[in-house]
Parts: sequence; structure tokens; C-alpha cells
Amino acid sequence: MKYLDEYRDPQAAQLLLDEIRRITSRRWTLMEVCGGQTHSLLRHGIAAELEGTVELIHGPGCPVCVTDQAAIDFACHIAQSEDIVLTSFGDMLRVPGSRGSLLDAQTTGANIRIVYSPSDAVELARKYPEKQFVFFAVGFETTAPATALAVKQADRYQLENFSLLVSHVRVQPAMEALVQAPDNRVQAFLAAGHVCTVMGYESYESFVKQYQLPVVVTGFEPLDLLEGILACVKQLEANEAILENRYARTVRTAGNLVAQDLVQEIYQVCDREWRGFGIIPEGGLELRPDWQQFDARMRFTKPALSVIDVDECHSFEVMTGHMKPPECPHFGKRCTPESPLGAPMVSSEGACAAYYRYGVTTSP
Amino acid sequence: MINMQSKNNLVSWQMNCPVSIPENAEYVTLAHGEGGRLSRKLIQERIVHLLNNEYLVALNDSAQLPSVNGPLALTTDSFVVSPLFFPGGDIGSLAVFGTVNDLAVSGAKPLWLTLSLIIEEGFPLAILDRILKSIARAAQETGIKVVAGDTKVVPRGAADGLFINTAGVGELITPIPPGPATLQVDDELIISGPIGRHGIAVLAAREELALEPLPLSDCGSLIRPVERLRNELGDQVRCLRDATRGGVAAVLHEWAEASKLTLSINERSIPVSPEVRGVCELLGLDPLHMANEGTMVIAVKQGSGAAAVEALQSLSETADARLIGTVNSQGIAPVTIRRTLGSEQPLDDPLGSPLPRIC
Repeated sequence: MKYLDEYRDPQAAQLLLDEIRRITSRRWTLMEVCGGQTHSLLRHGIAAELEGTVELIHGPGCPVCVTDQAAIDFACHIAQSEDIVLTSFGDMLRVPGSRGSLLDAQTTGANIRIVYSPSDAVELARKYPEKQFVFFAVGFETTAPATALAVKQADRYQLENFSLLVSHVRVQPAMEALVQAPDNRVQAFLAAGHVCTVMGYESYESFVKQYQLPVVVTGFEPLDLLEGILACVKQLEANEAILENRYARTVRTAGNLVAQDLVQEIYQVCDREWRGFGIIPEGGLELRPDWQQFDARMRFTKPALSVIDVDECHSFEVMTGHMKPPECPHFGKRCTPESPLGAPMVSSEGACAAYYRYGVTTSP
Repeated sequence: MINMQSKNNLVSWQMNCPVSIPENAEYVTLAHGEGGRLSRKLIQERIVHLLNNEYLVALNDSAQLPSVNGPLALTTDSFVVSPLFFPGGDIGSLAVFGTVNDLAVSGAKPLWLTLSLIIEEGFPLAILDRILKSIARAAQETGIKVVAGDTKVVPRGAADGLFINTAGVGELITPIPPGPATLQVDDELIISGPIGRHGIAVLAAREELALEPLPLSDCGSLIRPVERLRNELGDQVRCLRDATRGGVAAVLHEWAEASKLTLSINERSIPVSPEVRGVCELLGLDPLHMANEGTMVIAVKQGSGAAAVEALQSLSETADARLIGTVNSQGIAPVTIRRTLGSEQPLDDPLGSPLPRIC
């Protein structure tokens, strides 16, 4: 696995760390947008190494973390039905809705099956025509092409027992919501490399111009992250704001056009409720009217009880950089991976899970 | 593969093995478990025939065994792995090696094994034969004798194809490793081979991940490596443990708790095959949390680490053994890991299993 080891070389990392420290005149505040980047920064000790030089705010790029509780409640509700099997990525199972998680629902008899790809859910639907299979379509623009493909497959097989519970979210509207907030502290963004692989990064040109903030497309390995941070700091020190791609081995300017066309064909942009954030304009994707026969929300009735908002989780403060996970009054006390109050403690991309797992109890 | 609660009324188990089932295949019926002629036929012709030895052949209500000089070790384990066949092994070889390894790492020479089969109605006899042959092969390889057993058949949906329970008896050989409570500061920690192979092999088989090359389970016997360590290092060995469910991380946490010391390992020293590493990177799993079925963690006294590694590396099955860390006085956490870039972090104890039913 040379392609990974190259990007984890300790000597090269040390050179980059030294360079970042050398050119930094004041403590800048950067946001890494994606939760995968957060985990890498903590796992490899980069956040701790740069303490005092750069503050890293762990952004909202964890799709599981921002999935609305009502969507989880809906998923739990339909999975209780004898003839419906809810299929989901494993990440979603421990995330608490307003009345427990999918895992809780499974323990009390709900039909839930972990899949590794939306196409697996389509295959299950083909294999067991007497059951209804619902796929919980959570994720950013990175996952949307795969779920769009599942819809196309289901259509090709004329499956009447497959549908999607769509909770897709879009990165850039969330970044806009963040910088428009009056108490925004972010001075530069490490944009999520994988989302840019699919979507390209041209759309950030206007963002950079409008908000005069550096945006650097960044990967996930230690050297990728250090390169991204260095590029941000260089711009900030030079009082510049430009768009840079520091993940060029994967990201092309226009992105993956085939994937974009597929998403375009199946989905349309919509306003979406983000957990902790409220409704973000154009913050989500929903099925186009032509494909609504695959919409689980149309096919099945919602839970009778409305959602009671008792969200004690401080995920919003964490994801907007106003609180580090260990500063949360519940961190490691009432909120642990065994018994989470919110999604960031259990998602594999959640910031609280990263701090808990890698044992960072003081704020880097 | 699909595997759901029986109330779904879906097929509760499904074959995922290279054996094709002939059209006129015979299946296990409830009558096979009811003690009559069919039961006897099943036991005599398919089981005793394959596992034949002087203690089993009598078919009494209990096996009558000769006396043994020293103290004994006794262990039991149940096997519910899904799928029943996976690259590198199957539920049969797993049931033998799992119990044999529990005896071996306790410092015992495995002698006798019991074998209980809980079979789901409708299970193809051809598949049962294949699993029994695998049991016979593993027993022969490890020199353990299957001396008693039981067969039950449960209605469709009440089990998932086949469950196996084994109990093993072994003769403890001196010097017996004194165990993790005797660990001391500066003791050295060793892994006998690349980690996480069993967990990833079962995951790949269950989810039909189309991987190339196919990750193989490490399912195998640890008798020879344990013997080699006993012969070459004698009482320098503090403790050994096969790192099954919970992986290496779980073993280290148990030892840290027993010794009240901090166990520190080096990420860069831990052997991980490219296949395992690839799947773990892809799915966000940690190889240190993945199950092994033929790989053990060893603690030896200060200064004996290099000799232990050398002893293990002289055997083909543990050729990739490595020194992975040391025992320290209490530090930032019970178990710590030095990451590739140099920072020392706590290594968490796996919370439940990311992959149920791997053994």
C-alpha cells in the first residue's frame, strides 16, 4: 500500500509542520469541512502538533451527524413494520433519533440490515420480492451518485418493492450558512477532497470572491492535510483569498461528470433541515418528481407522533467552532459511544467520536 | 448472503461455499436428531467413521479416558460463524483450532475434544460431510482426539444452518506461563503474525466484497509456536493469548487491567497485510480491533523479546512475528499506541463488535 505510506511519511510530515510554524505570525482559525479529515487530524496527532499555531474547527461534513432526527424517527418507524426491511450504512445505526436509534429499534424487533452499498439493497429487493426494502440514503455529494444509480437499477428491474428514504445533504450551502453567521470565526477552509472529486471545485470560485476567504481543496492523509493547512496559512499571511487544489492527484476542476449527470437526472436541490443547524436553503437533494415512485416518504405513512425536540446534543456549537468536543458538559459523562446524546459521538466521521477515540481531552 | 431474524420469514441461512449441492441431495431432517435409527446412522456413518479413535468408537454415554500425570486445562467454546465457509477455513476447522488454541496459549498440550452439533432442519448432508471432514483434518493436524459428542436437529429457522460447541481438555506442561497479573515494567510485547485476517476474511465472504486478492483467514493451530516458545524461552514467557474477538486491542486491555500497568505499542511495528489494511481503510475499521483465529499476543520478560521473535520466525506459520511494544508504568491510558507520525495516543477497547458472528 505504497500509495498510502507515501502520504504518511514522518520525515516529510515534520518538514511541513516546521514550515507551517515558521511562516505563521499569529494563530489562524481554519475549518476542515469533512469529518474524515477531522479523524485523520486527530488520529495522526496533527491537531495537537499545531496547537498554538493553527486552530482547527471541525466542520459539519459528517452526513450522519447532520441527519435530521425526524428522518431517523421515520426510519425506525417503518422498520417496525413486519413487511418492511430498512437497509442502511452501518454508521447510521447508533445515531439517536428523538425516540432512540435504529439499533434500539432493531433490538425490539425492527427489520434492519446493514449494507455496504445501495446496490446491495437493490439486490436484496430482487431476491425477496415479498418484502419492501427501503434504503436510508444519507450522505453528501459523494454518496448521492451511488444512491442515484440504485434508483436507476431499481427502475431497470421494475422493482416495486424498493424505495429510498432520501436525506442527502450538500456541502457548499452549509459552508455559506456558516460564514454568513454573525459570529463566524472561520478564516479559511480546507474543502472536502472527496466531495470535490465528484463535484469539481469550480463552484467555490464565487464563494471565495464573495466572502474573501481562502478555500483549499484538501485530501485526507497526513501529508495531504498538512499541505492544505500550509497553503491556507500562506494565503492568510499574505492577506490573499484564492481557490487552490492541493488534492490534484484525485480532484479535477470539473469533477466527475458522469456522476454529476446521474445525480442531476435523479435528484433536485431542495431546502433541508440539518440537525443542529435548522433549515439550510438548498442544503439537500430530493428525488425529482419523475422518480417519486421510489420515495419511501410517499410510499409509507409517517409516525403518528410528532417529533419532540429534546436535543441535548451540542453538535451545532461543535460543528461551528464555538465549542470543542471536550468542552461540552456531556462529553465522556452522559455522552459516550455506548450511550450517545448525539450523532458526533458515534459516527465514524463525528468530531466527538474522534476526540473520544484518540483520547484528546484537552483542546488542541 | 442474507442473514436476518427468522420472524422475517426469509431464508435464514444460505450456502456460500464452493460445494455444489446435487439435485437429489439428502437433507438433515428432524428425525435425524430424535435418537432412533436415523440418528444412529448419521452418527455412525458420517461422524464416528470420520473422527474414529479408540475412545469415541465405544459410543458409551461418556468417554472413558486414561489418567494424566499433571494438572489439566479445560475450555469450551461455541461457534456460530456466518457464512459457514470463508476463505482460509470453515466452521469445522474453526471449532477445532479455536479450542485447541485456547488450550495451547494456556500452556497445555491439547488431548481431547468434545463436539456438539446443533443442525437446522433441511441442512444438506453433503455440506455437513464437508464440515466434518474439515473437523477431522484439523483434529489430525493438531493431534487432538474427538472423544465425545452430541447431535441435535432443530426446526427450520431455530438455528442458522449449523452451530457447533466444543470443549477441550489439555495437559498443562511446565513451565506454565504465569499470566498477565505477573506482567512487569519493561516486559516486551510480541505479535505472532499479521493481524485482523480472520475478521476481514469473514466480512469479505459475508458481504461478498469482490476483493482481489481474497483476504484469507489465519484460522490455524498455535500448538507449534507455543511449543517453540516453551522450548526456547522457558520461564521467560509471562503470558500468551490468541487475539480472537475484539482483536489485539481487547487482549492488551485485558492484560492492562490484570497488571494495572500501561501496555504501549508502536503502530509501525504491527504487521498488517495489504488486503486487511485496504479493507480497513475502505470501511473505517481498525485492524487492531479485528478478530484473529491463529495469531497470538505474547509477553516476555525484559531482554527476551528478540529471542522470542527469532524463535517464532523460524516457523512458517509465525514467520512474520514482530516485537510490537513494551509494558510501562501507568501512563496516559491503560493501552497506548505510538502512531506513524510519532504522537502517543490511547488505544480504545473495542465497543462491541463491528462485525457480529465471526466465530
